[in-house]
Amino acid sequence: MRAADAIVKALEMEGVEHIFGIPGGAILEVYDALYDSEIVHILTRHEQAAVHAADGYARATGKVGVAFATSGPGATNTVTGIATAYMDSSPLVVMTGQVPRAMIGNDAFQEADTTGITMPITKHNYLVTDERQLLRIIKEAFHIASTGRPGPVLIDLPRDVTMADIEFDYPDKVDLIGYKPKIKGHPKQIKKAVDMIIQSERPIILAGGGVRLSNAHEEVLKLAETIPAFVVTTLMGKGAIPETHPLCLGFIGMHGTKYGNYAVMEADLIIAIGCRFSDRTVGKFSEFAPEAKIIHIDIDPAEIGKNVRVDVPIVGDAKLILQEMIKMIKTKQRKEWFERVEELKRKYPLKYKRDENVIKPQFVIEKVYELAPDAIVTTEVGQNQMWAAQYFKVKYPRQFITSGGLGTMGFGFPAAIGAQVAFPDKIVVDIAGDGSFLMNIQELATCVDYDIPVKVCVLNNAYLGMVRQWQQLFYKRRYSATRLRYPELSFEKIAKGFGAHGITVEKPSEVEDALKEAFEIDKPVVIDFHVEVEENVFPFVPPGRSLREVLDGE
Amino acid sequence: MKRCTIAVLVENKPGVLARVSSLFRRRGFNIESLAVGTTERPDISRMTIVVRGDDRTLEQVMKQLNKLIEVIKVSDLSENSVERELALIKVHAPPAKRSEIIEIANIFRARIVDVARDSFIIEITGDEEKINAFVDLMRQFGIKEMARTGKISMARGSKTVG
Ligand SMILES: Cc1ncc(C[n+]2csc(CCOP(=O)(O)OP(=O)(O)O)c2C)c(N)n1
Ligand SMILES: [Mg+2]
Repeated sequence: MRAADAIVKALEMEGVEHIFGIPGGAILEVYDALYDSEIVHILTRHEQAAVHAADGYARATGKVGVAFATSGPGATNTVTGIATAYMDSSPLVVMTGQVPRAMIGNDAFQEADTTGITMPITKHNYLVTDERQLLRIIKEAFHIASTGRPGPVLIDLPRDVTMADIEFDYPDKVDLIGYKPKIKGHPKQIKKAVDMIIQSERPIILAGGGVRLSNAHEEVLKLAETIPAFVVTTLMGKGAIPETHPLCLGFIGMHGTKYGNYAVMEADLIIAIGCRFSDRTVGKFSEFAPEAKIIHIDIDPAEIGKNVRVDVPIVGDAKLILQEMIKMIKTKQRKEWFERVEELKRKYPLKYKRDENVIKPQFVIEKVYELAPDAIVTTEVGQNQMWAAQYFKVKYPRQFITSGGLGTMGFGFPAAIGAQVAFPDKIVVDIAGDGSFLMNIQELATCVDYDIPVKVCVLNNAYLGMVRQWQQLFYKRRYSATRLRYPELSFEKIAKGFGAHGITVEKPSEVEDALKEAFEIDKPVVIDFHVEVEENVFPFVPPGRSLREVLDGE
Repeated sequence: MKRCTIAVLVENKPGVLARVSSLFRRRGFNIESLAVGTTERPDISRMTIVVRGDDRTLEQVMKQLNKLIEVIKVSDLSENSVERELALIKVHAPPAKRSEIIEIANIFRARIVDVARDSFIIEITGDEEKINAFVDLMRQFGIKEMARTGKISMARGSKTVG
């Protein structure tokens, strides 16, 4: 069988239903094989977007996302997408074309050292130098991408490898001597953690993106209700528990809720589940939760103790570990602590100044939430992302999709495309900034081409708003290169030019109707909300400060 | 700051060395020496890496290495192990100095493996301190060139890392 056909067949056997990508010379053979397959290929208009779309698809479904690109520029265009997925532990298999084996290393046309370039941003990568290893490698790639701490895996395919004739015997298991993720938590550690929880007076659960990756949301809820303990999340952990649940204190960190941050600083026990204690979440490492003991549950041993001290580490799969813990937990009411947290909630609610004449960006998010609480929400990066995180109350896991680790502008729109492809019947909304949206705006063509009715809500403040906010607060309002001057630019017209629908909204009173219109029509829609230009995101813990040092802009 | 010697068993595949060194560079770990060779199994190679760092860094080095798919086993051999390094030293050796150099080499159980009109190549094995001491003594004669393999290491006793 032609190797290219074997690749496509292997993908079918892995259960792949959608691939995002762009063809080119070095990967022509594989695209030829794809022509006869049931797999739906979505032609994006940029390879970065193909990888983000595959990533959005993976985050929305839990399945491995698959992206294709050709050699050289096609492959280098995938880099930002791969790095984004790597930072957020998203399972991807990216296949890139490569020049024929005999030409590798000779600076051939469209040659790039793809495996060299992507080595530090993939969980693993392969250059296929022997066609007889091809199927084993594909099998391994899917296994590695989706198990343990998930991540992107890249397979670089020299053109002549894809043209070779091979026997199709797809392995049904992998044999990797150096890769055996630890799944079961150590019983002694679990027991220790449980004792610590039972003894604690002010426990808090800190849920990260690992909860989603291990499908442990039910267990998190059960644990929280059994102890009982309040739950805060990281940005990536949003959705680990319904945010309307009385025990949920929202997300913490730089722009997290003030009451969540304060509660963490007053807690005597942090039960961290599937999180990596990033600087954006914990603020100043040495001053994080000073009164608390820390239990850290994570599948990646390298995360234990990397940023903050840990008292009881438990390495393994969060879901299994929590199931064990729940069996042993004894409920204990902690009245004083609960009253204290309720007081924090009352005293420090999320708030912004409402306005009748100017559209407040937070108001737009509140309306999106009100009109489409079940929508899948993706975000771009910047203020738009933080307002989305603050004001959209996530109900279920995998509902909120954002680039947390890398903070990639241009992620949200293609990620929304991926999510919409996976869930054609859901409303999928990209909360966008004007700067970010322009970074992958060409994907409107993809949406129109494949009838992908993503709704892009641009919070248009004519600024690289988040950077401007830092300049305002830390650089005396010296707005160096953050003004986006385009008085003539109309996102509505751009959308219409692509054949999508576009709406411009200038008054608060029009926000609701515009959203209703967008959610009702079965077409991709861009809504250009002209929002308050110098609105800031608060609360705000300046970088490198403790979570107690919250600015709230008053 | 501590020094730590770690043995890393890896699959003998192309690119593994690049992966390991890329990891060290990316995470800001400092390699003092690195030696690679095959083991009793042709499909497995052994790297001996000497790193410097505080306890937290050294722990991260081991954990991050372990995450590489092609890394099979990482062991700390900083204590209670046999450590050896080999050096080749081309030293200036005019007739008047030869017997002195030979005498010093004998004391160190070093071997003269090449003789030219006014130079020797001397081969010496031993732990780092021994080699350093020998190199220091050779300096007075004028070292023209030197190559060291970097340290390899093995735990004492019947315990193995494999
Ligand atoms: C690809 C990329 N380039 C630069 C940045 C740095 N950056 C972070 S937020 C931001 C501004 C984003 O502007 P916009 O999309 O308009 O969002 P706003 O903050 O105004 O809501 C920039 C430039 C980034 N995160 N990603
Ligand atoms: Mg903006």
